[in-house]
Amino acid sequence: MAEEIKKEAPANFKVTIDNITVEVAPGTTILNAARQIGGDVTPPAMCYYSKLKDSGGKCRTCLVEVAAGSTADPRPMPKLVASCRTTVMDGMVVKNITSERVLDARKGVVEFLLINHPLDCPICDQAGECYLQDLSYEHGTEGSRYEFKKRVFVKEDIGPYIQLHMTRCILCYRCVFVADQITDNRIHGVLDRGDHAEISTHISKAIDNDFSGNMIDVCPVGALTDKTFRFKNRVWFTKPVDAHRDCDKCCGKVTLWQRGNDVMRVTSRKDEWGEVQSYDGKPGWICNTCRFDKKKTSDWIIEGPTNINRHSVISQGHYLGLKMPKETLPEVMGGRNPKLLMDINKVSEVNSVELASLPGPATSKNFEKKEH
Amino acid sequence: MSEKLTNRAVAVDRKPMTFLESIYLWNIMKGMGITISHLFKKKPTINFPEQTRSFSKVFRGLHVLNRDAEGRENCTACGLCAVACPAEAITMEAAERLPGEEDLYREEKYAAKYEINMLRCIFCGLCEEACPKDAIYLSQTFAPANYGRKGFIYKKEELLIPHPINEKEAYEKAVGDRATKK
Repeated sequence: MAEEIKKEAPANFKVTIDNITVEVAPGTTILNAARQIGGDVTPPAMCYYSKLKDSGGKCRTCLVEVAAGSTADPRPMPKLVASCRTTVMDGMVVKNITSERVLDARKGVVEFLLINHPLDCPICDQAGECYLQDLSYEHGTEGSRYEFKKRVFVKEDIGPYIQLHMTRCILCYRCVFVADQITDNRIHGVLDRGDHAEISTHISKAIDNDFSGNMIDVCPVGALTDKTFRFKNRVWFTKPVDAHRDCDKCCGKVTLWQRGNDVMRVTSRKDEWGEVQSYDGKPGWICNTCRFDKKKTSDWIIEGPTNINRHSVISQGHYLGLKMPKETLPEVMGGRNPKLLMDINKVSEVNSVELASLPGPATSKNFEKKEH
Repeated sequence: MSEKLTNRAVAVDRKPMTFLESIYLWNIMKGMGITISHLFKKKPTINFPEQTRSFSKVFRGLHVLNRDAEGRENCTACGLCAVACPAEAITMEAAERLPGEEDLYREEKYAAKYEINMLRCIFCGLCEEACPKDAIYLSQTFAPANYGRKGFIYKKEELLIPHPINEKEAYEKAVGDRATKK
Protein backbone atom coordinates (compact mmCIF):
# COMPACT_ATOMS: atom_id res chain seq x y z
CA MET A 1 0.00 0.00 0.00
CA ALA A 2 2.71 2.44 1.00
CA GLU A 3 4.54 1.81 -2.21
CA GLU A 4 1.48 2.68 -4.20
CA ILE A 5 1.13 6.04 -2.54
CA LYS A 6 4.73 6.86 -3.15
CA LYS A 7 4.33 6.20 -6.83
CA GLU A 8 4.19 9.45 -8.70
CA ALA A 9 1.00 10.32 -10.50
CA PRO A 10 1.30 9.66 -14.22
CA ALA A 11 1.85 12.69 -16.43
CA ASN A 12 -1.43 12.06 -18.18
CA PHE A 13 -4.62 10.49 -16.92
CA LYS A 14 -6.42 7.92 -18.99
CA VAL A 15 -10.15 8.34 -18.79
CA THR A 16 -12.81 6.34 -20.61
CA ILE A 17 -15.97 8.20 -21.53
CA ASP A 18 -18.70 6.18 -23.19
CA ASN A 19 -16.16 3.48 -24.08
CA ILE A 20 -13.83 5.99 -25.73
CA THR A 21 -10.49 6.37 -23.99
CA VAL A 22 -8.72 9.69 -24.00
CA GLU A 23 -5.56 10.93 -22.32
CA VAL A 24 -5.85 14.23 -20.53
CA ALA A 25 -3.72 16.28 -18.18
CA PRO A 26 -4.39 15.89 -14.43
CA GLY A 27 -6.84 18.47 -13.18
CA THR A 28 -8.98 18.37 -16.30
CA THR A 29 -12.67 18.13 -15.64
CA ILE A 30 -14.73 15.29 -17.08
CA LEU A 31 -16.59 17.78 -19.27
CA ASN A 32 -13.40 19.11 -20.81
CA ALA A 33 -12.10 15.58 -21.34
CA ALA A 34 -15.35 14.77 -23.14
CA ARG A 35 -14.98 17.91 -25.22
CA GLN A 36 -11.59 16.64 -26.36
CA ILE A 37 -13.40 13.60 -27.75
CA GLY A 38 -16.24 15.72 -29.07
CA GLY A 39 -19.50 14.69 -30.66
CA ASP A 40 -22.42 13.17 -28.79
CA VAL A 41 -20.22 12.06 -25.92
CA THR A 42 -19.94 15.64 -24.67
CA PRO A 43 -22.47 16.44 -21.98
CA PRO A 44 -24.46 19.61 -22.62
CA ALA A 45 -23.68 22.57 -20.36
CA MET A 46 -25.87 25.54 -19.66
CA CYS A 47 -23.86 27.30 -16.98
CA TYR A 48 -20.28 26.13 -17.50
CA TYR A 49 -18.23 28.43 -19.71
CA SER A 50 -14.63 27.44 -20.21
CA LYS A 51 -13.52 31.04 -20.70
CA LEU A 52 -15.01 32.20 -17.41
CA LYS A 53 -13.23 31.16 -14.22
CA ASP A 54 -15.34 29.46 -11.54
CA SER A 55 -18.33 29.04 -13.83
CA GLY A 56 -20.28 25.80 -13.76
CA GLY A 57 -21.89 23.60 -11.18
CA LYS A 58 -25.23 25.39 -11.21
CA CYS A 59 -27.47 24.02 -13.91
CA ARG A 60 -26.84 20.26 -13.50
CA THR A 61 -27.38 19.49 -17.17
CA CYS A 62 -23.90 18.04 -17.46
CA LEU A 63 -24.52 15.23 -14.96
CA VAL A 64 -22.68 12.02 -15.78
CA GLU A 65 -22.34 8.63 -14.18
CA VAL A 66 -18.91 7.57 -12.95
CA ALA A 67 -18.84 3.79 -13.26
CA ALA A 68 -15.33 3.45 -11.86
CA GLY A 69 -13.61 6.15 -9.82
CA SER A 70 -10.01 5.37 -10.76
CA THR A 71 -7.58 2.51 -11.25
CA ALA A 72 -6.57 2.69 -7.59
CA ASP A 73 -10.14 2.75 -6.34
CA PRO A 74 -12.47 1.35 -9.01
CA ARG A 75 -15.66 1.70 -6.99
CA PRO A 76 -18.38 3.60 -8.83
CA MET A 77 -19.52 6.94 -7.49
CA PRO A 78 -22.91 6.45 -5.86
CA LYS A 79 -24.56 9.51 -7.33
CA LEU A 80 -24.40 11.24 -10.68
CA VAL A 81 -21.76 13.97 -10.68
CA ALA A 82 -21.62 17.34 -12.38
CA SER A 83 -18.98 16.76 -15.04
CA CYS A 84 -17.98 20.43 -15.23
CA ARG A 85 -16.85 20.40 -11.60
CA THR A 86 -15.44 16.87 -11.24
CA THR A 87 -11.83 16.33 -12.23
CA VAL A 88 -10.76 13.10 -13.87
CA MET A 89 -8.74 10.38 -12.16
CA ASP A 90 -6.46 7.91 -13.86
CA GLY A 91 -8.51 4.98 -15.09
CA MET A 92 -11.83 6.65 -14.51
CA VAL A 93 -14.75 5.20 -16.43
CA VAL A 94 -17.50 7.67 -17.22
CA LYS A 95 -20.87 6.97 -18.75
CA ASN A 96 -22.78 9.75 -20.42
CA ILE A 97 -25.15 8.78 -23.21
CA THR A 98 -24.61 5.09 -22.52
CA SER A 99 -26.17 5.46 -19.11
CA GLU A 100 -29.95 5.29 -18.70
CA ARG A 101 -29.68 7.07 -15.36
CA VAL A 102 -27.94 10.06 -16.91
CA LEU A 103 -30.46 10.47 -19.70
CA ASP A 104 -33.32 10.19 -17.25
CA ALA A 105 -31.75 12.67 -14.85
CA ARG A 106 -31.08 15.10 -17.65
CA LYS A 107 -34.71 14.93 -18.69
CA GLY A 108 -35.63 15.88 -15.15
CA VAL A 109 -33.14 18.74 -15.12
CA VAL A 110 -34.60 20.13 -18.34
CA GLU A 111 -38.07 19.94 -16.85
CA PHE A 112 -36.86 21.85 -13.81
CA LEU A 113 -35.15 24.50 -15.93
CA LEU A 114 -38.36 24.97 -17.89
CA ILE A 115 -40.61 25.21 -14.85
CA ASN A 116 -40.25 28.96 -14.60
CA HIS A 117 -39.06 29.61 -18.12
CA PRO A 118 -41.82 31.28 -20.13
CA LEU A 119 -42.86 29.72 -23.42
CA ASP A 120 -42.46 32.97 -25.29
CA CYS A 121 -40.05 31.73 -27.93
CA PRO A 122 -42.15 33.39 -30.67
CA ILE A 123 -41.31 36.75 -29.09
CA CYS A 124 -37.84 36.00 -27.79
CA ASP A 125 -34.93 37.29 -29.84
CA GLN A 126 -32.78 34.37 -28.75
CA ALA A 127 -35.02 31.81 -30.45
CA GLY A 128 -33.03 29.94 -33.05
CA GLU A 129 -29.75 30.23 -31.18
CA CYS A 130 -31.02 29.44 -27.70
CA TYR A 131 -29.24 26.67 -25.84
CA LEU A 132 -32.23 25.95 -23.66
CA GLN A 133 -34.32 25.47 -26.78
CA ASP A 134 -31.75 23.02 -28.16
CA LEU A 135 -31.43 21.29 -24.83
CA SER A 136 -35.14 20.75 -24.42
CA TYR A 137 -35.43 19.48 -27.97
CA GLU A 138 -32.64 16.98 -27.49
CA HIS A 139 -33.09 15.93 -23.89
CA GLY A 140 -36.46 17.08 -22.69
CA THR A 141 -39.96 15.72 -22.71
CA GLU A 142 -42.66 17.28 -24.83
CA GLY A 143 -45.00 18.47 -22.14
CA SER A 144 -44.72 19.97 -18.72
CA ARG A 145 -46.29 18.61 -15.55
CA TYR A 146 -46.11 21.97 -13.83
CA GLU A 147 -49.56 23.30 -13.07
CA PHE A 148 -48.84 26.38 -11.01
CA LYS A 149 -48.24 29.95 -12.06
CA LYS A 150 -44.82 30.65 -13.45
CA ARG A 151 -42.56 33.06 -11.64
CA VAL A 152 -42.83 36.58 -13.05
CA PHE A 153 -40.79 39.72 -12.50
CA VAL A 154 -41.34 43.40 -13.01
CA LYS A 155 -39.49 44.39 -16.16
CA GLU A 156 -36.37 46.32 -15.44
CA ASP A 157 -34.36 48.69 -17.58
CA ILE A 158 -30.64 48.12 -17.23
CA GLY A 159 -29.36 50.54 -19.79
CA PRO A 160 -29.61 51.47 -23.44
CA TYR A 161 -27.84 48.44 -24.86
CA ILE A 162 -28.92 45.38 -22.94
CA GLN A 163 -32.47 44.14 -22.53
CA LEU A 164 -33.08 42.11 -19.40
CA HIS A 165 -35.93 39.59 -19.35
CA MET A 166 -35.69 38.18 -15.89
CA THR A 167 -38.48 35.65 -16.44
CA ARG A 168 -36.31 33.85 -18.96
CA CYS A 169 -33.24 33.66 -16.71
CA ILE A 170 -32.06 30.24 -15.56
CA LEU A 171 -29.58 31.70 -13.05
CA CYS A 172 -26.44 30.32 -14.65
CA TYR A 173 -24.35 33.21 -13.26
CA ARG A 174 -22.37 33.51 -16.50
CA CYS A 175 -23.15 37.22 -16.88
CA VAL A 176 -22.05 37.82 -13.31
CA PHE A 177 -18.70 36.20 -14.08
CA VAL A 178 -18.38 38.29 -17.23
CA ALA A 179 -18.86 41.46 -15.23
CA ASP A 180 -16.41 40.26 -12.59
CA GLN A 181 -13.69 39.04 -14.87
CA ILE A 182 -13.93 41.09 -18.05
CA THR A 183 -15.36 44.49 -17.20
CA ASP A 184 -13.64 46.79 -14.73
CA ASN A 185 -16.41 46.81 -12.17
CA ARG A 186 -19.54 44.85 -11.61
CA ILE A 187 -22.76 46.65 -10.87
CA HIS A 188 -25.19 43.80 -11.28
CA GLY A 189 -25.59 40.49 -9.59
CA VAL A 190 -28.02 37.95 -8.26
CA LEU A 191 -30.32 39.30 -5.59
CA ASP A 192 -32.54 37.39 -3.18
CA ARG A 193 -32.63 33.67 -2.68
CA GLY A 194 -34.27 30.54 -3.97
CA ASP A 195 -37.33 31.07 -6.07
CA HIS A 196 -36.99 34.83 -5.77
CA ALA A 197 -33.39 34.99 -6.96
CA GLU A 198 -33.03 37.43 -9.82
CA ILE A 199 -30.39 39.17 -11.86
CA SER A 200 -30.59 42.86 -11.21
CA THR A 201 -28.67 46.05 -10.73
CA HIS A 202 -30.72 46.65 -7.59
CA ILE A 203 -31.15 50.40 -7.96
CA SER A 204 -31.76 50.25 -11.71
CA LYS A 205 -28.30 51.42 -12.51
CA ALA A 206 -27.43 51.25 -16.17
CA ILE A 207 -24.77 48.74 -17.13
CA ASP A 208 -22.33 50.72 -19.24
CA ASN A 209 -18.99 49.01 -18.90
CA ASP A 210 -17.00 48.75 -22.06
CA PHE A 211 -17.20 44.98 -22.28
CA SER A 212 -20.63 44.53 -20.73
CA GLY A 213 -22.10 43.51 -24.07
CA ASN A 214 -20.42 40.14 -23.72
CA MET A 215 -23.09 39.24 -21.19
CA ILE A 216 -25.42 38.94 -24.15
CA ASP A 217 -23.16 36.41 -25.82
CA VAL A 218 -22.65 34.27 -22.74
CA CYS A 219 -26.33 34.21 -21.79
CA PRO A 220 -27.55 30.74 -22.78
CA VAL A 221 -31.17 31.88 -22.93
CA GLY A 222 -32.92 35.10 -23.95
CA ALA A 223 -32.61 36.77 -20.55
CA LEU A 224 -29.99 39.21 -21.78
CA THR A 225 -30.46 40.29 -25.36
CA ASP A 226 -29.15 43.04 -27.58
CA LYS A 227 -31.45 46.07 -27.37
CA THR A 228 -30.15 47.43 -30.65
CA PHE A 229 -31.34 44.22 -32.32
CA ARG A 230 -34.55 43.88 -30.34
CA PHE A 231 -37.44 42.62 -32.48
CA LYS A 232 -35.71 43.73 -35.67
CA ASN A 233 -35.51 40.34 -37.25
CA ARG A 234 -35.56 36.68 -36.47
CA VAL A 235 -32.12 35.16 -36.14
CA TRP A 236 -32.69 32.69 -38.95
CA PHE A 237 -33.57 35.39 -41.47
CA THR A 238 -30.30 37.18 -40.94
CA LYS A 239 -27.14 36.18 -42.73
CA PRO A 240 -24.11 35.61 -40.52
CA VAL A 241 -20.78 36.72 -41.98
CA ASP A 242 -17.37 36.84 -40.34
CA ALA A 243 -15.86 40.31 -40.31
CA HIS A 244 -13.16 42.27 -38.52
CA ARG A 245 -12.02 45.82 -37.92
CA ASP A 246 -9.09 47.44 -36.18
CA CYS A 247 -10.21 48.07 -32.65
CA ASP A 248 -7.94 49.45 -29.96
CA LYS A 249 -10.05 47.93 -27.21
CA CYS A 250 -10.76 44.40 -28.37
CA CYS A 251 -9.75 41.83 -30.97
CA GLY A 252 -12.27 43.26 -33.43
CA LYS A 253 -13.14 39.84 -34.81
CA VAL A 254 -16.90 39.50 -34.96
CA THR A 255 -19.86 37.91 -36.70
CA LEU A 256 -22.15 40.34 -38.48
CA TRP A 257 -25.79 39.34 -38.80
CA GLN A 258 -26.93 40.98 -41.99
CA ARG A 259 -30.19 41.50 -43.76
CA GLY A 260 -29.41 42.46 -47.28
CA ASN A 261 -26.49 44.83 -46.79
CA ASP A 262 -27.71 46.13 -43.44
CA VAL A 263 -25.91 45.03 -40.33
CA MET A 264 -28.68 44.08 -37.94
CA ARG A 265 -26.51 42.79 -35.14
CA VAL A 266 -22.89 42.25 -34.19
CA THR A 267 -21.81 39.37 -31.97
CA SER A 268 -18.55 37.75 -31.12
CA ARG A 269 -17.69 34.57 -32.96
CA LYS A 270 -18.75 31.33 -31.38
CA ASP A 271 -16.85 28.07 -31.30
CA GLU A 272 -18.37 24.60 -31.56
CA TRP A 273 -19.42 24.65 -27.88
CA GLY A 274 -21.30 27.90 -28.27
CA GLU A 275 -18.57 29.82 -26.47
CA VAL A 276 -16.62 32.82 -27.63
CA GLN A 277 -13.84 31.79 -29.97
CA SER A 278 -10.26 32.06 -28.75
CA TYR A 279 -7.44 33.64 -30.66
CA ASP A 280 -3.91 32.64 -29.61
CA GLY A 281 -5.31 31.29 -26.36
CA LYS A 282 -7.14 34.50 -25.54
CA PRO A 283 -10.93 34.57 -25.68
CA GLY A 284 -12.18 36.97 -28.34
CA TRP A 285 -14.47 39.16 -26.27
CA ILE A 286 -15.58 42.23 -28.16
CA CYS A 287 -16.11 45.74 -26.88
CA ASN A 288 -19.35 47.68 -26.83
CA THR A 289 -18.19 50.03 -29.58
CA CYS A 290 -17.81 47.13 -31.99
CA ARG A 291 -21.02 45.52 -30.83
CA PHE A 292 -23.44 48.42 -30.62
CA ASP A 293 -22.05 51.35 -32.59
CA LYS A 294 -20.61 49.90 -35.75
CA LYS A 295 -23.78 49.05 -37.59
CA LYS A 296 -22.65 49.81 -41.10
CA THR A 297 -21.19 47.35 -43.53
CA SER A 298 -18.57 49.95 -44.42
CA ASP A 299 -17.23 49.81 -40.84
CA TRP A 300 -16.15 46.24 -41.34
CA ILE A 301 -13.87 44.14 -43.49
CA ILE A 302 -15.95 41.12 -44.41
CA GLU A 303 -14.17 37.77 -44.53
CA GLY A 304 -16.97 35.50 -45.65
CA PRO A 305 -20.03 33.63 -44.50
CA THR A 306 -19.91 32.09 -41.04
CA ASN A 307 -19.94 28.34 -40.91
CA ILE A 308 -23.22 27.35 -39.30
CA ASN A 309 -24.07 23.83 -38.26
CA ARG A 310 -26.41 22.47 -40.88
CA HIS A 311 -28.80 21.22 -38.21
CA SER A 312 -29.31 24.76 -36.98
CA VAL A 313 -32.35 26.69 -38.13
CA ILE A 314 -30.00 29.54 -39.00
CA SER A 315 -28.63 27.51 -41.89
CA GLN A 316 -32.07 27.36 -43.54
CA GLY A 317 -31.12 30.48 -45.48
CA HIS A 318 -28.45 28.42 -47.30
CA TYR A 319 -26.11 31.38 -47.36
CA LEU A 320 -23.00 29.24 -47.25
CA GLY A 321 -21.87 28.05 -50.65
CA LEU A 322 -24.71 29.89 -52.34
CA LYS A 323 -24.24 29.89 -56.09
CA MET A 324 -26.46 32.23 -58.04
CA PRO A 325 -27.44 30.84 -61.44
CA LYS A 326 -26.21 32.80 -64.41
CA GLU A 327 -28.71 35.28 -65.77
CA THR A 328 -29.22 34.11 -69.33
CA LEU A 329 -32.04 36.37 -70.50
CA PRO A 330 -30.00 39.54 -71.28
CA GLU A 331 -27.60 37.35 -73.23
CA VAL A 332 -30.37 35.93 -75.38
CA MET A 333 -32.12 39.29 -75.77
CA GLY A 334 -29.08 41.11 -77.08
CA GLY A 335 -28.06 42.73 -73.80
CA ARG A 336 -31.58 43.92 -73.04
CA ASN A 337 -33.04 43.08 -69.63
CA PRO A 338 -36.51 41.55 -69.53
CA LYS A 339 -39.29 43.99 -68.66
CA LEU A 340 -40.67 43.23 -65.24
CA LEU A 341 -44.44 43.14 -65.00
CA MET A 342 -44.16 43.89 -61.30
CA ASP A 343 -41.23 44.95 -59.18
CA ILE A 344 -41.92 43.48 -55.74
CA ASN A 345 -39.68 46.05 -54.09
CA LYS A 346 -41.94 48.84 -55.28
CA VAL A 347 -45.17 47.16 -54.22
CA SER A 348 -44.05 45.73 -50.90
CA GLU A 349 -44.18 47.85 -47.77
CA VAL A 350 -41.64 45.70 -45.99
CA ASN A 351 -38.16 47.25 -45.88
CA SER A 352 -39.65 50.75 -45.91
CA VAL A 353 -38.16 51.45 -42.47
CA GLU A 354 -34.40 51.29 -42.04
CA LEU A 355 -34.39 49.00 -39.07
CA ALA A 356 -30.62 48.72 -38.82
CA SER A 357 -30.24 52.43 -38.10
CA LEU A 358 -32.75 52.49 -35.25
CA PRO A 359 -31.17 52.52 -31.80
CA GLY A 360 -33.84 50.27 -30.35
CA PRO A 361 -36.84 48.22 -31.39
CA ALA A 362 -39.15 49.66 -34.01
CA THR A 363 -42.52 50.85 -32.76
CA SER A 364 -45.71 52.00 -34.39
CA LYS A 365 -44.23 55.52 -34.53
CA ASN A 366 -41.50 54.44 -36.94
CA PHE A 367 -44.00 52.83 -39.23
CA GLU A 368 -46.53 55.68 -39.12
CA LYS A 369 -44.00 58.31 -40.17
CA LYS A 370 -43.06 56.38 -43.26
CA GLU A 371 -46.57 56.01 -44.59
CA HIS A 372 -47.41 59.71 -44.77
CA MET B 1 -52.40 -9.08 -93.03
CA SER B 2 -49.66 -8.21 -90.63
CA GLU B 3 -49.91 -8.81 -86.91
CA LYS B 4 -51.86 -6.05 -85.03
CA LEU B 5 -51.92 -5.15 -81.40
CA THR B 6 -55.73 -5.24 -81.39
CA ASN B 7 -58.22 -6.41 -83.95
CA ARG B 8 -60.41 -3.34 -83.63
CA ALA B 9 -58.93 -1.33 -86.48
CA VAL B 10 -61.50 -0.61 -89.19
CA ALA B 11 -60.50 0.37 -92.65
CA VAL B 12 -61.69 3.87 -93.64
CA ASP B 13 -64.79 3.72 -95.82
CA ARG B 14 -64.29 6.09 -98.78
CA LYS B 15 -67.47 5.20 -100.65
CA PRO B 16 -69.40 8.28 -101.93
CA MET B 17 -72.46 9.15 -99.79
CA THR B 18 -75.92 8.20 -100.97
CA PHE B 19 -78.60 10.95 -101.37
CA LEU B 20 -80.25 10.12 -98.07
CA GLU B 21 -76.93 10.28 -96.29
CA SER B 22 -75.95 13.59 -97.94
CA ILE B 23 -78.97 15.51 -96.51
CA TYR B 24 -77.80 14.54 -92.97
CA LEU B 25 -81.40 14.19 -91.78
CA TRP B 26 -80.81 11.12 -89.67
CA ASN B 27 -77.61 12.46 -88.18
CA ILE B 28 -79.24 15.79 -87.26
CA MET B 29 -82.06 13.97 -85.51
CA LYS B 30 -79.60 11.78 -83.68
CA GLY B 31 -77.66 14.83 -82.49
CA MET B 32 -80.75 16.77 -81.45
CA GLY B 33 -81.91 13.72 -79.54
CA ILE B 34 -78.83 13.92 -77.38
CA THR B 35 -79.27 17.67 -76.90
CA ILE B 36 -82.93 17.48 -75.96
CA SER B 37 -82.37 14.58 -73.60
CA HIS B 38 -80.15 16.91 -71.54
CA LEU B 39 -83.12 19.19 -70.87
CA PHE B 40 -84.56 16.52 -68.64
CA LYS B 41 -81.32 15.73 -66.82
CA LYS B 42 -80.01 17.28 -63.59
CA LYS B 43 -78.14 20.53 -64.19
CA PRO B 44 -74.43 20.23 -63.41
CA THR B 45 -73.92 24.01 -63.25
CA ILE B 46 -75.00 26.59 -60.68
CA ASN B 47 -75.85 30.28 -60.96
CA PHE B 48 -72.54 31.32 -59.50
CA PRO B 49 -72.74 34.67 -57.77
CA GLU B 50 -76.16 33.90 -56.26
CA GLN B 51 -75.39 30.30 -55.53
CA THR B 52 -72.08 28.98 -54.29
CA ARG B 53 -70.78 25.49 -53.90
CA SER B 54 -69.97 24.27 -50.44
CA PHE B 55 -66.33 23.74 -49.78
CA SER B 56 -64.78 20.75 -48.16
CA LYS B 57 -64.08 21.11 -44.46
CA VAL B 58 -60.36 21.08 -45.14
CA PHE B 59 -60.44 23.56 -48.02
CA ARG B 60 -57.49 25.93 -47.88
CA GLY B 61 -58.28 29.35 -49.26
CA LEU B 62 -57.36 32.94 -48.59
CA HIS B 63 -55.33 33.64 -45.46
CA VAL B 64 -56.79 35.38 -42.46
CA LEU B 65 -54.84 36.96 -39.62
CA ASN B 66 -56.70 36.14 -36.47
CA ARG B 67 -57.66 38.25 -33.49
CA ASP B 68 -58.48 36.98 -30.02
CA ALA B 69 -61.87 37.39 -28.35
CA GLU B 70 -61.00 40.91 -27.24
CA GLY B 71 -60.00 41.93 -30.73
CA ARG B 72 -56.26 41.99 -30.19
CA GLU B 73 -54.02 40.74 -32.97
CA ASN B 74 -52.62 37.31 -32.29
CA CYS B 75 -49.60 37.56 -34.56
CA THR B 76 -46.27 38.22 -32.84
CA ALA B 77 -44.16 38.20 -36.00
CA CYS B 78 -42.22 35.15 -34.87
CA GLY B 79 -41.42 34.30 -38.47
CA LEU B 80 -42.30 30.63 -38.26
CA CYS B 81 -44.86 30.90 -41.06
CA ALA B 82 -42.28 32.61 -43.24
CA VAL B 83 -39.67 29.97 -42.54
CA ALA B 84 -42.16 27.17 -43.10
CA CYS B 85 -43.46 28.65 -46.34
CA PRO B 86 -42.13 26.53 -49.23
CA ALA B 87 -42.98 29.25 -51.75
CA GLU B 88 -41.35 32.02 -49.71
CA ALA B 89 -44.48 34.11 -50.05
CA ILE B 90 -44.59 35.58 -46.55
CA THR B 91 -42.60 38.54 -45.29
CA MET B 92 -43.01 40.57 -42.15
CA GLU B 93 -41.51 43.23 -39.97
CA ALA B 94 -41.90 43.26 -36.22
CA ALA B 95 -42.37 46.16 -33.85
CA GLU B 96 -42.55 46.58 -30.12
CA ARG B 97 -45.89 47.32 -28.52
CA LEU B 98 -45.92 50.75 -26.93
CA PRO B 99 -47.67 51.44 -23.64
CA GLY B 100 -51.29 52.15 -24.50
CA GLU B 101 -51.43 49.70 -27.38
CA GLU B 102 -52.29 46.74 -25.18
CA ASP B 103 -55.79 46.54 -26.60
CA LEU B 104 -54.44 46.29 -30.14
CA TYR B 105 -51.83 43.57 -29.84
CA ARG B 106 -51.83 40.56 -27.60
CA GLU B 107 -48.09 40.26 -26.99
CA GLU B 108 -45.28 42.74 -26.53
CA LYS B 109 -44.12 42.16 -30.07
CA TYR B 110 -46.40 42.36 -33.07
CA ALA B 111 -46.22 42.37 -36.84
CA ALA B 112 -46.10 45.97 -38.01
CA LYS B 113 -45.95 44.80 -41.59
CA TYR B 114 -47.20 41.47 -42.79
CA GLU B 115 -47.39 40.60 -46.44
CA ILE B 116 -48.36 37.52 -48.37
CA ASN B 117 -47.59 37.38 -52.05
CA MET B 118 -50.60 35.51 -53.39
CA LEU B 119 -48.86 35.04 -56.70
CA ARG B 120 -46.29 32.89 -54.96
CA CYS B 121 -48.59 31.25 -52.43
CA ILE B 122 -49.46 27.64 -53.19
CA PHE B 123 -52.11 27.39 -50.44
CA CYS B 124 -50.39 24.46 -48.82
CA GLY B 125 -51.38 25.56 -45.32
CA LEU B 126 -47.94 25.05 -43.78
CA CYS B 127 -48.09 28.57 -42.33
CA GLU B 128 -51.21 27.57 -40.44
CA GLU B 129 -49.47 24.45 -39.17
CA ALA B 130 -46.39 26.36 -38.09
CA CYS B 131 -48.14 29.19 -36.28
CA PRO B 132 -47.68 28.87 -32.51
CA LYS B 133 -50.14 31.65 -31.76
CA ASP B 134 -53.16 30.52 -33.79
CA ALA B 135 -52.70 33.76 -35.67
CA ILE B 136 -52.92 32.72 -39.29
CA TYR B 137 -55.33 30.33 -40.86
CA LEU B 138 -56.60 29.61 -44.32
CA SER B 139 -60.23 30.52 -44.81
CA GLN B 140 -62.81 29.06 -47.15
CA THR B 141 -62.72 31.81 -49.74
CA PHE B 142 -60.72 32.25 -52.89
CA ALA B 143 -58.26 34.99 -53.55
CA PRO B 144 -60.42 37.18 -55.81
CA ALA B 145 -59.32 37.96 -59.33
CA ASN B 146 -57.52 41.20 -59.94
CA TYR B 147 -56.61 43.36 -62.93
CA GLY B 148 -53.03 43.94 -61.88
CA ARG B 149 -50.32 41.90 -60.22
CA LYS B 150 -49.95 44.61 -57.59
CA GLY B 151 -53.28 43.63 -56.06
CA PHE B 152 -52.02 40.19 -55.19
CA ILE B 153 -49.53 41.45 -52.64
CA TYR B 154 -51.81 41.20 -49.64
CA LYS B 155 -50.96 43.61 -46.84
CA LYS B 156 -51.85 43.20 -43.21
CA GLU B 157 -54.95 45.37 -43.54
CA GLU B 158 -56.38 43.01 -46.14
CA LEU B 159 -55.50 39.89 -44.20
CA LEU B 160 -56.72 40.90 -40.76
CA ILE B 161 -60.01 39.49 -39.63
CA PRO B 162 -62.67 42.14 -38.74
CA HIS B 163 -62.82 43.21 -35.13
CA PRO B 164 -64.98 40.73 -33.17
CA ILE B 165 -66.62 43.42 -31.01
CA ASN B 166 -66.73 46.51 -33.21
CA GLU B 167 -67.63 44.66 -36.43
CA LYS B 168 -69.38 41.63 -35.07
CA GLU B 169 -71.29 40.63 -38.21
CA ALA B 170 -68.33 40.88 -40.52
CA TYR B 171 -66.26 38.98 -38.00
CA GLU B 172 -68.70 36.11 -37.76
CA LYS B 173 -68.92 35.90 -41.51
CA ALA B 174 -65.15 35.81 -41.82
CA VAL B 175 -64.82 33.16 -39.16
CA GLY B 176 -67.28 30.95 -41.03
CA ASP B 177 -67.65 27.28 -40.23
CA ARG B 178 -64.30 27.03 -38.59
CA ALA B 179 -65.43 28.68 -35.39
CA THR B 180 -68.05 26.01 -34.80
CA LYS B 181 -65.68 23.20 -35.66
CA LYS B 182 -64.57 22.51 -32.11
